[in-house]
Amino acid sequence: MADRISLKIDAVEVTVPEGATILEAALSAGIDIPHLCYDPQLGLPPTSSCRLCVVQIEGTPGLVASCSHPATSGIVVHTDTEEIRQTRRMVIELLLSDHPHDCLTCEKSGDCDLQKYAYELAVKEPEHVGEAVRPEPIQDGPAIIYDRSKCILCGRCVEVCHNVEVTGAIDFLGRGFDTHIGLPPGLPRDQSVCTECGNCIDVCPTGALSFAGAEGAGRVWELERTVTICPYCGVGCQIVLQTRNNRLVKITGAPGLGVNHGRLCVKGHFGFDFINHPERLTQPLIRRNGELTPATWEEALDFAAERLAQVKADFGPDAIGGLSSAKCTNEENYVMQRFMRAAVGTNNIDHCARLCHASTVAGLARAFGSGAMTNSIEDFEKADAIFVIGSNTTECHPVIGAAIKRAAVQREVPLIVADPRAIELTEFATVHLCQKHGTDVALINGLIHVILQEGLEDKEFIAARTEDFEQLQAAVAPYTPEFAEKITGVPAEDIIRAARLYAKAPAASIVFAMGITQHTTGTDNVLALANLAMVTGNVGKPGAGVNPLRGQNNVQGACDLGALSNVYPGYQKVDDEQARANFEAAWGVLLPANVGLTVVEMINAAAEGDLKALYIIGENPMLSDPDLSHVEEGLRNLELLIVQDIFLTETAQLADVVLPATGFAEKDGTFTNTERRVQRVRQALPPPGEARLDWEITCDLARRLGYEMSYPDVAAIQDEIAQLTPIYGGITYERLEQGSLQWPCPDSTHPGTPFLHKDQFTRGRGKFHPVQFIPAQELPDDDYPFVLSTGRILQHFHTGTMSRRTKVLDELVPVGAIEIHPDDAQELGVGDGQPVKVISRRGEIEIAARVTDRVVPGTVFLAFHYREAPANRLTIAALDPVAKIPEFKVCAVKIGPAD
Amino acid sequence: MCFSRSRSASVTYQVQECFGYLPPPALKEISQRTNIRLSRVYGVVTFYAQFYTEPRGRHTIRVCRGTACHVKGAGRVLDAACRELGITEGETTPDLMFCLETVACLGTCFLAPVMMIDNQYFGRLTPQRVQSILRDYQTKQ
Ligand code: SF4
Ligand code: SF4
Ligand code: SF4
Ligand code: FES
Ligand code: FES
Repeated sequence: MADRISLKIDAVEVTVPEGATILEAALSAGIDIPHLCYDPQLGLPPTSSCRLCVVQIEGTPGLVASCSHPATSGIVVHTDTEEIRQTRRMVIELLLSDHPHDCLTCEKSGDCDLQKYAYELAVKEPEHVGEAVRPEPIQDGPAIIYDRSKCILCGRCVEVCHNVEVTGAIDFLGRGFDTHIGLPPGLPRDQSVCTECGNCIDVCPTGALSFAGAEGAGRVWELERTVTICPYCGVGCQIVLQTRNNRLVKITGAPGLGVNHGRLCVKGHFGFDFINHPERLTQPLIRRNGELTPATWEEALDFAAERLAQVKADFGPDAIGGLSSAKCTNEENYVMQRFMRAAVGTNNIDHCARLCHASTVAGLARAFGSGAMTNSIEDFEKADAIFVIGSNTTECHPVIGAAIKRAAVQREVPLIVADPRAIELTEFATVHLCQKHGTDVALINGLIHVILQEGLEDKEFIAARTEDFEQLQAAVAPYTPEFAEKITGVPAEDIIRAARLYAKAPAASIVFAMGITQHTTGTDNVLALANLAMVTGNVGKPGAGVNPLRGQNNVQGACDLGALSNVYPGYQKVDDEQARANFEAAWGVLLPANVGLTVVEMINAAAEGDLKALYIIGENPMLSDPDLSHVEEGLRNLELLIVQDIFLTETAQLADVVLPATGFAEKDGTFTNTERRVQRVRQALPPPGEARLDWEITCDLARRLGYEMSYPDVAAIQDEIAQLTPIYGGITYERLEQGSLQWPCPDSTHPGTPFLHKDQFTRGRGKFHPVQFIPAQELPDDDYPFVLSTGRILQHFHTGTMSRRTKVLDELVPVGAIEIHPDDAQELGVGDGQPVKVISRRGEIEIAARVTDRVVPGTVFLAFHYREAPANRLTIAALDPVAKIPEFKVCAVKIGPAD
Repeated sequence: MCFSRSRSASVTYQVQECFGYLPPPALKEISQRTNIRLSRVYGVVTFYAQFYTEPRGRHTIRVCRGTACHVKGAGRVLDAACRELGITEGETTPDLMFCLETVACLGTCFLAPVMMIDNQYFGRLTPQRVQSILRDYQTKQ
């Protein structure tokens, strides 16, 4: 703990840690010193260029810049004397001298620091009127407008772009009167490194940078603000919805707010047009004579419930399945799984987590006893080394990606990136391990082999906290770096180097995502990572851990609340008598004891005619699941398909009943982010048309099936969750108003848990699992010579239901493309942008080629967001034997000319 | 990845030393090879007067217009240079042999009027001497 010092500011005694600046000291005491170039929320060193923050220190001549001047013990500071005001007035007058005075029509009016200070300092007509330079505002992309004439060159945008986002797209260009902010000349924004994150807009103190989509839509005093959670990825950024007349005008961060400290990515910032989209479902639909036609709620609910009851009577409850949603709130997921288990009477309830992180949950539960991210997002600021494997973090979890880049650049933390593609993070990596697809176990075993060989393991930790170490030793013995090189293609010396970097760091963090989990060996991959962390003692302390990044905003919560075929809320097993007895008592019915069907199994059962009815909330298996023709066959084979969604998705188009639901901006509830943090979601808009809350719809269906289930509000649902779910036991809406909580939070005084397995593992001792390399199910051969890998890109999300209905995101990346290496492209005779046909054993699609050395020869990469070229028509539904996750990351394809 | 202004300035300077100027493809190449962001490379190049993004002559002529030189006839020196090369101040000869600049003071006022060609000083100039010096350079090539 740094020493504390005291000083006097405007007659107030202020105590701060040594090293604080005068401005920080003043702000901590609630004294606001005007400042323009320095943004305290960025957490960056001051650039001290505006001189607005000057103050007087008694006994020293002249004025000093308080944003950079250290607070020293005993000094007496004045922040508001006439001399100071005079100086500040001069600064503002100078800035105004070549600034247009059009506050009357400026978007930023009322929220502009320049305007505010001019008012506070009573600046009249500027004295120095320079020659008026009025360049036209530049809009070089769908989102961002730069109006140079309003730019005061404070440099905040440059700071945030270089040092917070670590993107470095813009800089000061030119000199003297010509100085301005810009991208490297000659390149359009979408071909520069700019990610259009929009954070430069949020930090700009004037109207120089603004969001094109909100032009003329309202100024600060006309907008209502609601703080809620981003509906895209699992980072769980807090966002501010700014609405006017029941329309969403814009989304911003707020200084310092949330795990993201006010920063957002392009999706969170601009990806919201779907909310007020004209294609939103506004009334229930029933299929009559083959057509989906409008119906009343009564009709639709009666229709759905009667037919569900019929199927149940004819074929038993296990002929019915439910798919819940990682986009919906915790409360909605809880209600949905209760509906399936208690009202229908089956454990056939699952959701898309099965397709992304089922292997994480299975693997980590076996090794540690808990399937979640062990540490917190904040811990990336504490890690001494970071190992990223199978995660394209800067595109899929951009705000965490930026934290990792900051660690690598600013703290010079060793960064090891293992990925078959040259993703952005590899530019920041100390070592890039470019392993062949599906060889992760061999690579990780190779790392462990080196660590044991060189005596870098944490012997104390292994002895005190783990079991079955001997088995691990035996298992990794054959994986010499040379042997691992043969399998993975990664040079032995890189494996050795990476092993040393990782093992020698006092606290090393492992980050992974779908590149690890979406394999037939997904569970093995996760177990191997758990081995690696345990062998080096990197579990149960800050800055370390095994950190799966969850894909969807609430996929963590949907799992936590039991939208899985084998567990009740809080991962209590359905085949555990005691757990079942608890839920039977609480829900007042007998519950089935057999584990239910998973996502892919339900589709298979539907195709085979064993599953007759499916109730789907907020999921789109018609794009998200592997082997789409098979999915379609399954869904068409159903007697009853009920889809509850906000759009008529590809899946809803096949439904017998469509129930219009609410989007994230239209409801209250909670989401749980990837680091187990339960956060409040707040309603900002009314639902469109007759759309209703998901949990209310589900309760109404339950009642019609003769099972009474009702709640006055979401807080009451959470209270029931708390009673039945020990890890959520201490979470109430009252506490969440004070701030978010990380589970486990067992009781009402528990502060939440920033990192798991502190003194002991959830399962007692950590368990090593010997795992061996097994090749992917379908490898390239003469007929299908390319390895196809699928994934996401920055600008779109999942099946595109939301992101592709957003102007900014769709303009940025309107069409999909398949990434092909230049050598392969040459051999095939295809050029960049030319259409090709991609064929697997299961189907074919046509799509443009993107020729890039991001992929290695012999491999191609395709995002799965595009309904016109669905990647999953190609993928294979081969499953991990434990977690039942499909192998999205590897299948064999051939590529030919388009028709 | 690197975001340092000073590193950007020094690398860029070295490249310019080799090529005489910095065409946009060179800047891109610098950024790619050194991992310094392109924005920062441009930021530095557009800020410092020493960097050129247009082709430069093989020899840079700097004619002093400082007070001392002005008094001693810098104007005539400049005129002579312009006449001899067929260009005006700030321009480069079409054969990319010379570019002509003026500076405030070369720090050798005792030699006024002064000009510099690359790293070499020429003092006490007359229009005739300017002509013969430049002709020497031209024939040397
Ligand atoms: S949008 Fe983001 S990446 Fe682009 S210039 Fe602004 S801060 Fe930088
Ligand atoms: S654009 Fe805004 S943030 Fe950037 S330098 Fe200009 S005024 Fe400052
Ligand atoms: S990083 Fe994820 S949670 Fe944050 S703004 Fe982007 S999509 Fe939303
Ligand atoms: S805020 Fe201190 S100099 Fe700008
Ligand atoms: S004025 Fe010309 S050298 Fe000083």
